[in-house]
Amino acid sequence: MDPDGVAMMDGTEKMSFNAVGELADTICAHVPSRSLVFLVATNTIPSVVGYLGFLAHGIVPLMLRPETSIEQFRELVAAYNPSFLWMPKPYADNILEAHEPAINLFESRGYALVSTGCGQVPIHPDLAMLITTSGSTGTPKYVRLSYQNVASNAESIANYQGITSSDRAITSLPLSYTYGISIINSHILRGASLVLTDETIMSRTFWNLLKRYGATNFGGVPYTYQMLERLRFSRMDLPTLRFISQAGGRLGERLQKVFGEACAEKGIDFYVMYGQTEATARMSWLPPQNVLKKLGSIGIAIPGGRFELRDVSDALIEVPGVDGELIYVGPNVSMGYAESAADLMLGDERGGILHTGDVARRDEDGYYYVVGRIKRFLKMFGNRVNLDELEAIFAQRGQTIACVGSDDHMVVYATEGDANELRLSIASFTKLHPSAFDVRIVDELPRMASGKMDYAALERLC
Amino acid sequence: MTNAEKYDWAFMEALELTEDQLGPELTFESVETWDSVGHMGLIAELEDAFDIMMETDDIIDFSSYSEGRRTLAANYGVEF
Repeated sequence: MDPDGVAMMDGTEKMSFNAVGELADTICAHVPSRSLVFLVATNTIPSVVGYLGFLAHGIVPLMLRPETSIEQFRELVAAYNPSFLWMPKPYADNILEAHEPAINLFESRGYALVSTGCGQVPIHPDLAMLITTSGSTGTPKYVRLSYQNVASNAESIANYQGITSSDRAITSLPLSYTYGISIINSHILRGASLVLTDETIMSRTFWNLLKRYGATNFGGVPYTYQMLERLRFSRMDLPTLRFISQAGGRLGERLQKVFGEACAEKGIDFYVMYGQTEATARMSWLPPQNVLKKLGSIGIAIPGGRFELRDVSDALIEVPGVDGELIYVGPNVSMGYAESAADLMLGDERGGILHTGDVARRDEDGYYYVVGRIKRFLKMFGNRVNLDELEAIFAQRGQTIACVGSDDHMVVYATEGDANELRLSIASFTKLHPSAFDVRIVDELPRMASGKMDYAALERLC
Repeated sequence: MTNAEKYDWAFMEALELTEDQLGPELTFESVETWDSVGHMGLIAELEDAFDIMMETDDIIDFSSYSEGRRTLAANYGVEF
């Protein structure tokens, strides 16, 4: 790594590795080691430098989406008592106005460091950072990642993607999201550089930046790939692109084939991958040379990790072609969850073993295929929405709903209310586009003898 | 339906808008439903309505109600 080389750039500024280190030190000079910091994560220089500085200085960031509402923010502050906030200045001004003991300590490039006046909560020595499980239902549940989790997963990814200092990723995913963070981590580890933008692939700015700075890769969730297909990715001229990656839900065999073929023709490596926040980010990768041979597969475990399949009685499944729960074992399995400040003292609760909640099978060549889920989740534009939780929240508001459907298309059944109003209300609550929800008012919700909702019957109605 | 009606219908369908919300003030992200997700739906509606396949640059530069009409007229022979 060349210390004077460019580490990151956005639309207006380029910053060398040296300058990144200096700014990180300046920010962290105000923050004692083992403090908890709420970081409103954006793909901007101050946000990413703050993030890297916190990790390097033993300061623990909790990564917040910039869309977090003031009410949700207050709830999280009450649950976790952060000592500091690192956030865009308008956001900080709001807090400073409403919260008497808060003090503005430092500002840089539109970000402000705020001391909250909360005392320092005790934090386990292994805890590196806190990330949400990409759910949009707004609970304070965060995944506890250790320094070993972050380092080992970055190393695995950099290893199988062959990342070198000449690589340059352009951000296409939020920095509050495990997949977005993993791209930053694996590039920084190898002295590679980053083009930072919060613009989506639907924007002219994104493609201009990609071309101007010669980005070599980006990542996307299935919805990104649907958009890329519509943008006629196969006809785009992108000579600097070395690889693209996909995670965050099932891509589907059709799109895997479309992009496998388009990438083969362009000489771009296409990585189909699988992971969860609970495993830091990545658990598997499909080697690009097999992307067209293994349609629908999540591939093989990442370097340093391994998969197991277990049947309902927890017995190991040894033969290919049999469904069982997918278990992952590796150094990137998180310490566990946190729901409040008290949980930050907890040690490792998982011992490197993660029950993914996914049902999978293995083929004769040792490649894995996810075939379903044990719990009821849908992936909505990259956000994991827990259907049981959504139903429970609406039940609390006095509205009984039953949710089924497929990724990016939730079908919601209710017996009362106005379908369109309910649809907009669910969209606004989950902060997802209303077109993702199909609300149907029915006379009666099918229930089983036990009184439990009969989801199989609802699925048949869809 | 005239082409102008088809055009308006695509906006109302894809972006969940009413007729009075359409016009020169309507631009990308000026309403909540016209985000990147809504944009894909809108392009799909327009491509179906006019039986066209839009180019990458035209999809990306389709940044307002008025701009879109100009693009369809200039590059896809849609007469308004």
